[in-house]
Amino acid sequence: MSQTDTRADESVQLTADRRAFVNHGFTALTTAAASLILVVLAAVATFLLTESWPAITNASGTLAEKVSWIKPEAGESLIQIIGFLVFGTILIATIALLIATPLSIGIALFISHYAPRKLAAGLGYLIDLLAAIPSVVYGLWGAIVLVPVLQPFYAWLGQTIGWIPLFAPDPLTGEVSPTGRVALSAGIVLAIMIIPIITAVSREVFLQTPKLHEEAALAMGATRWEMIRMAVFPFGRSGIIGATMLGLGRALGETMAVYMILSVGLGYSWNILQSSEHNTIASYIAGQFPEANQYGVSALIAMGLALFIITLLVNMLARWIVSRRSEFSGAN
Amino acid sequence: MAKVTSAEPMSFGRISTRRKAVNLAMTVLVYAAFAAALVPLIWLSATVISRGVDRFMVNGAGEHVFNIEFLQQSMRGIYGGATSGGILHAIWGTLLITGVATLISVPIGLLTAIYLVEYGKGKLKRAVTFFVDVMTGIPSIVAGLFAYALFAIVFGPGTKNAMTGAIALSVLMIPVVVRASEEMLRLVPNELREASYALGVPKYLTVLKVVVRTAIAGITTGVTLAIARVIGETAPLLIAVGVADSMNFNIFDGRMMTLPVYIVTEWQKGSAVCTDIANPACLPHITEYRAWGAALVLILVVMLLNLLARLISRYFSPKTGR
Repeated sequence: MSQTDTRADESVQLTADRRAFVNHGFTALTTAAASLILVVLAAVATFLLTESWPAITNASGTLAEKVSWIKPEAGESLIQIIGFLVFGTILIATIALLIATPLSIGIALFISHYAPRKLAAGLGYLIDLLAAIPSVVYGLWGAIVLVPVLQPFYAWLGQTIGWIPLFAPDPLTGEVSPTGRVALSAGIVLAIMIIPIITAVSREVFLQTPKLHEEAALAMGATRWEMIRMAVFPFGRSGIIGATMLGLGRALGETMAVYMILSVGLGYSWNILQSSEHNTIASYIAGQFPEANQYGVSALIAMGLALFIITLLVNMLARWIVSRRSEFSGAN
Repeated sequence: MAKVTSAEPMSFGRISTRRKAVNLAMTVLVYAAFAAALVPLIWLSATVISRGVDRFMVNGAGEHVFNIEFLQQSMRGIYGGATSGGILHAIWGTLLITGVATLISVPIGLLTAIYLVEYGKGKLKRAVTFFVDVMTGIPSIVAGLFAYALFAIVFGPGTKNAMTGAIALSVLMIPVVVRASEEMLRLVPNELREASYALGVPKYLTVLKVVVRTAIAGITTGVTLAIARVIGETAPLLIAVGVADSMNFNIFDGRMMTLPVYIVTEWQKGSAVCTDIANPACLPHITEYRAWGAALVLILVVMLLNLLARLISRYFSPKTGR
């Protein structure tokens, strides 16, 4: 009898040991998974750097002989190409932001403060659907359907306000691009793609405006718009900035839509209505990669590294701004 | 502002009219902004549906009848303006690559979320939270380049197979899974954890059998949305997996076609040349038909996944007072 008792005790002890062991194991497992995230990010940087090293260290030398599209004699060495591409990327992303930000703030306000309560969630879901559409479908739609519709509008823009350098027509023909496959088209489609992300973040921030601030403004006799200007915007300013930068991060890295819509070229050109003048880093990589040889791949990965660093900085800044705001709201 | 010299006192009515006008104008603008966002959504959906059915309305013999050959054939041996050829190989490729990416991302993502909510403290927790956010913003093409570089270093340069693509998609998918799971785990009330501890249940069992169990519907929703997000990724697959015309079920060897890449490939082919105009089995625009057909299938898949996610969260999540 006593023997079975001891055995039972022992088995209880064993189970407890095993459980403690599994418990520790599970803790270690989750910690390992979390650390893996940091490892992956570090690995992305490391592997991109390793693979692009031959191109970076040899940018001016033999690389040009091995890669047909690097032409130092024509002012298109690797560094110069990256310069053109960074300019094009930022230009097109800026166009997208200028269009998307005011629209997104309007949409976010509509969902948070204007739409009837019952409909708001459903309408918000409609906007989220814009984010669900794959970028390649945006590209297809933009290239085949949207661009031909926009071209007459561009022609009109070129005629009426063509004296502004941004909208200047081609000096040789006196007309804007007849295909419409220009930087402005790419910017417009990118704007549609980043509207959902800017809207989602701003909407969250607007909804968190302290109710008392809003009611105080209304009680002072403010109209709805004045209430938004006095209570909602000051509270949500850093949230809007963060949301815009998240949108910028997305626009900088978007590949397929630009690749399919833009008629590409290299240069520092402000003429957003002329084709074959711009290209973006991501679109350039997508265009050259399938045909590239070993050295070309190395050069393209160097461009990818540049894009990675730029988007990383933009996103870190955006997250920092958004998180700083949430600390403030805790004190509110 | 000039001093009011008029004998008439400044009327509140007039100021009020201006303020009313501004208020009205802003209301109109806000409504217009929302309406403007709906234009591309409706326009794009209508285009994809109306042009996507074209390919389903012509069969291999060039007869204009409804058929689903498009879903049953690959592109093997299809050239020129032949009215046959389909997306079977691309559907399999998308299923395999997205499936493997999900198998990699869900355990890592879920365990990380559990770490952040249940175990994490101090610097590591803050660093992981921050970098998960930052990782959400990695451009998809950079994820593709990373997977390519990784396989080039491990297996030699030029290695392109489905596994490379799955790794690339995982990099994009993990942060989405972490974010969604983390949010759901945080919603589990602390009382449940305390009740479990009070019964002497060890922490790992509490986490697995109480916390994760309670949040599983929300987590499934998050995972479904994450799948919906990566299933349409094109750029990383174009780089890491390449294109193929035939069926390939081996994820460790050879290139594989996927739906998004199929769309780009067909679109790039441009119009086909049909020498014999009388031949009904040759259409110059067949490549565009195929691209739109594949876009229709892809959008339907993405929308179904979104719908599924909403249904799961509606019917299976525990009822809360919120």
